[in-house]
This record gives sequence, structure tokens and C-alpha cells, in this order.
Amino acid sequence: MNLLRFFRSGSAPVARERLQILLAHERRAGNQPDLLAILREEILAVIGRHVTFEPDKVQIKLDRGKSVSTLAVDIEIPNNRTAGALAA
Amino acid sequence: MSQVLVVTSGKGGVGKTTSTAALGAALAHDGAKVVVIDFDVGLRNLDLVLGAERRVVFDLINVINGVAKLPQALIRDKRLENLHLLPASQTRDKDALTQDGVEKVIAELREKFDWIICDSPAGIERGATLAMRYADAAIVVTNPEVSSVRDSDRIIGILDAKTARAERGERVDKHLLITRYNATAAARGEMLTIDDVLEILSCPLLGIVPESKEVLRASNVGTPVTLNNPQSAPARAYFDAARRLKGEQIPMLVQGTTASIFTKLFARKAA
Repeated sequence: MNLLRFFRSGSAPVARERLQILLAHERRAGNQPDLLAILREEILAVIGRHVTFEPDKVQIKLDRGKSVSTLAVDIEIPNNRTAGALAA
Repeated sequence: MSQVLVVTSGKGGVGKTTSTAALGAALAHDGAKVVVIDFDVGLRNLDLVLGAERRVVFDLINVINGVAKLPQALIRDKRLENLHLLPASQTRDKDALTQDGVEKVIAELREKFDWIICDSPAGIERGATLAMRYADAAIVVTNPEVSSVRDSDRIIGILDAKTARAERGERVDKHLLITRYNATAAARGEMLTIDDVLEILSCPLLGIVPESKEVLRASNVGTPVTLNNPQSAPARAYFDAARRLKGEQIPMLVQGTTASIFTKLFARKAA
């Protein structure tokens, strides 16, 4: 890319490089919240069928690593309600 | 089979309305029944570019509200009897544009026209999302310039997520129309090249419209550039793009450059 810039004296190669970096970032950022929202909704719906919990005591975190990403779901469930649900 | 197209871009001022008028006129010129719809509620301009500004009586919002019937609001072009305009209203109340209303109007137009071309407002708000909502295919108008390319990328993402087709799990075909292209500046490295834009947006190319005084000249007199000066470089580019929309295979040329004149000569000999 730098070699190309060396031969083409204009500013267009700079524009191209800036756009490629920016859009790679924005496309990822644009997709992430949607995916998390969908995952959150569907996971909570499944768990909600069996146990009762407070929707605001739920934490969902997506960590993107280089080769692996981790999804952490942390749901606080009151003990008495869990016992009831599991016994039923 | 009718086709619903949306002409969209995200960024304003890149040539959506010019392209809607030029492509609509090119398709109607070849015999198809065409209606162009202005979705820019409050800031309508398609009427002006088509030279029909003094003939607007009823508009899209009137039809949606039931104040007027669809045939009453349609304006037939004075030069091409196959070309019709459904104007936007000048009301500032954008909520007047409803999803159900737009769906009904498009369904009714599908019965009467071969091509329904929706001219989207700039931005990604209600007007823009409703303009693309019922489209079968999209024409993404892009200038070879950083902010336009970025906004086109955004719009392509929205086309894949928020249209009725996308929600049904179907595809909205996307066509890139590069406008205001300056081949000389691109060759000097002063402007993004066609290849640069295609590589960044990875979307099939519908046409390359060169920067030209003819576009301004046509809008000054209220005639689509394809009718005002059909032999001009931008008009030829729009005619080619219209034929590609119909599925014809046409070599991609930058009209108005020396190379294209040579290629044209050889193409004519071969034909």
C-alpha cells in the first residue's frame, strides 16, 4: 500500500486506506450490538420458561479475541424461587 | 412483472433525484411504463427536476390520507406519455407518511407500472427507510469521495436489515451507481478510482456517470438529462445503466473519455 502511495502522488490512496480501516471498524461495531440484543432476548426467553429472575439482574458480555470470542451470561437467580421451579 | 427500485445514498447531494429522473426517463423512452415517486416529504424536488412543479395538485400524503385517489395525484410527463410522477407533499409533518399507507400505494402502482422508482430522501430516518421498505432492488448512488462512500456502506447495511424483503429472508439486489466521476482526476491519483470504490463497497456496478455541466444544464430547464441532451456523456451513461437494469449485458465504459469513443467505434462495427 505504501509502495502504491509512492508511485501515485495524489491524495486518493490516502482516502482509500482511511476508508478501508474505518469501514472495517464500523461494520464490526454495527453488527455487534444487534447480535448481543438478539442473543440476550433468546437466552432469557429460554431460561425464563424454567426459572424466575429479575430482568435487570442479568449481565451479558461478549469479548472478541483474536482466535476465540467468549460470551458470558450472568443471571442472578433468587434461591427460593429456583428451588420452587426445580421442584415443580 | 413490475420492479420496485429505490434510489438511495445516505449522503445528500450525490445525485439521487437527478438519477431517478434520468433513469425513469430512459426506461420510459424505451417503452416501459414508469412511475417515479418522491419520498422527500417537506423538501420535494423531483417535480422541479422533471419540470412538473406547476402541475402538482395532489401528492403522496394526500393519497395515503385518502384525500385523493392515486390516479388524481399521478402527473403524466409532457414529453413521455409512459412516464409518471407521484410528488411528495410540502407539509412538514413527516409522520403523515405511514408504513401501511406506503405499502398500499406501492401495491396499487405495481398493477399499473413496469417500473416504480422511489427517490429516497438523504439520511437514514423514516423517509429513507420507508422509501426502501418495499423495494425489490436498490440503486446506491455514490460519489468517489470519502463521506459518500462511508454513507453508502451504511445504507447497504440498512438495505440488508430493514427492508420487507430482508425481513422475509429474501435479498434486495443492490446496484452501485457512481456519479460525478472524473476519470482524469482518478488517473492522477486525486480521486478514488472505480476499482477503489468497488473494492471498498463490494457491490455490483450499475454505471459510471461522469461529472458534467450537462447535468446542471438539464436541471436548470427541468428536463431529465437523458431527454435534454441524449448524446451527452452523462445521458449515455444513464441509458446504459437503464439497459443493464433490464438485464442487458453492456460493456462498462466511462462515457466521454477518449477510450470510450474508440471502444464505441469498434462496438458499432461489430454490431
